[in-house]
Amino acid sequence: MATFTLPKNSTIGAGKTFKAEPGAKNVKSFKIYRWDPDTGENPHTDTYEIDLDKCGPMVLDALIKIKNEVDTTLTFRRSCREGICGSCAMNIDGLNTLACLKPIEDVKGDVKINPLPHMPVVKDLVPDLNQVYAQYRSIEPWLKADTPAPPDEERRQSKEERAKLDGMWECILCFCCSTSCPSYWWNGDRYLGPAVLLAAYRWIADSRDEYTGQRLDDLEDPFRLYRCHTIMNCTRTCPKGLNPAEAIGKIKQLMVERQG
Amino acid sequence: MSEALDPREATYVGRRTDGTIIKRPMSPHLQAYDMLQMSSATSITHRITGGAWAVGTLVFVWWLAALAAGPESFANVQWFLSSFLGILFLFGLTAVAWYHTLNGIRHLNWDAGRGFDLPTMYRSGRAVVIGTGVMTVLTWFIGIIAW
Repeated sequence: MATFTLPKNSTIGAGKTFKAEPGAKNVKSFKIYRWDPDTGENPHTDTYEIDLDKCGPMVLDALIKIKNEVDTTLTFRRSCREGICGSCAMNIDGLNTLACLKPIEDVKGDVKINPLPHMPVVKDLVPDLNQVYAQYRSIEPWLKADTPAPPDEERRQSKEERAKLDGMWECILCFCCSTSCPSYWWNGDRYLGPAVLLAAYRWIADSRDEYTGQRLDDLEDPFRLYRCHTIMNCTRTCPKGLNPAEAIGKIKQLMVERQG
Repeated sequence: MSEALDPREATYVGRRTDGTIIKRPMSPHLQAYDMLQMSSATSITHRITGGAWAVGTLVFVWWLAALAAGPESFANVQWFLSSFLGILFLFGLTAVAWYHTLNGIRHLNWDAGRGFDLPTMYRSGRAVVIGTGVMTVLTWFIGIIAW
């Protein structure tokens, strides 16, 4: 059942404000979700005033500047700073995206930063991703074939067959889409969510995979697949410009087609 | 939420630095997300109008039942439906029915595998909202002329 409010231990209180240094002209406020397991207190929002004249262009640059120069306790995941690792996925200005790909100047007013929505918080902006990883594992995201590969060469595909995988292999599993989906919020215990279903379709559409029927059997379930109500938040929010909603639509169509 | 039955509960068990167990908070969802964007706004409106339309049709059942019960009860319903409140209700119901029908066509298109790209999603969404307004006014315009 869907619960629209936050649990008692999760409501967000007011926090501290870290003022910009005097003389700073181009100041922007970053309102950041904080939770520290060691204090035992509820989460709160801290405000950091940053001089944009002394900061890189992306939201991730501001986060790193805060951690280096203002408040070393601020905790977040980051690695590649160029949108390929998916570590810095978070909710910025009401939409999920990668902090490294989000220009600060695209945000009007204060920059509000929260962890990926409806997830267990490990600390500050770090969510626990065990559930989505387990769901990803459940669709067996690897090539399954009984025919042995040809000796001394790879399994061949035509250019057209290979082109069917475009728009899917690019997924970096940042889970911006899954955690943007209200249906995944309410039913994420059993609904696989857009990221995992996109991955499932990536293998269903692969000409080299010989387990298409079994993969579809595994998805034929009122919750695993059919909790998708085509809300389209996933496609709207994908920082890589992919279209999970369309992939899910294609799976649904295959389900209909094979019923004859 | 029947919390005990949700396996996600297990991922809400965290540990402090000293090893003791603490219940992790849930990150904000409706509280933080932009729910007024085209995608989720048209979706939740579809649900709400679907529910409202289902409840609204009960009034027609009431209307028909009153008709069957005789002229006196029918006159009562007619009096309510032609009052200011009744007209407002019928007007709202017309808008609800049009929205649910037009957005239903949008969903049928998606189910047929068309219109998933973002520009089309925005265009079809705007078309549904504008179409609802135009068709509702047009329905009443034609209704009033015919009456």
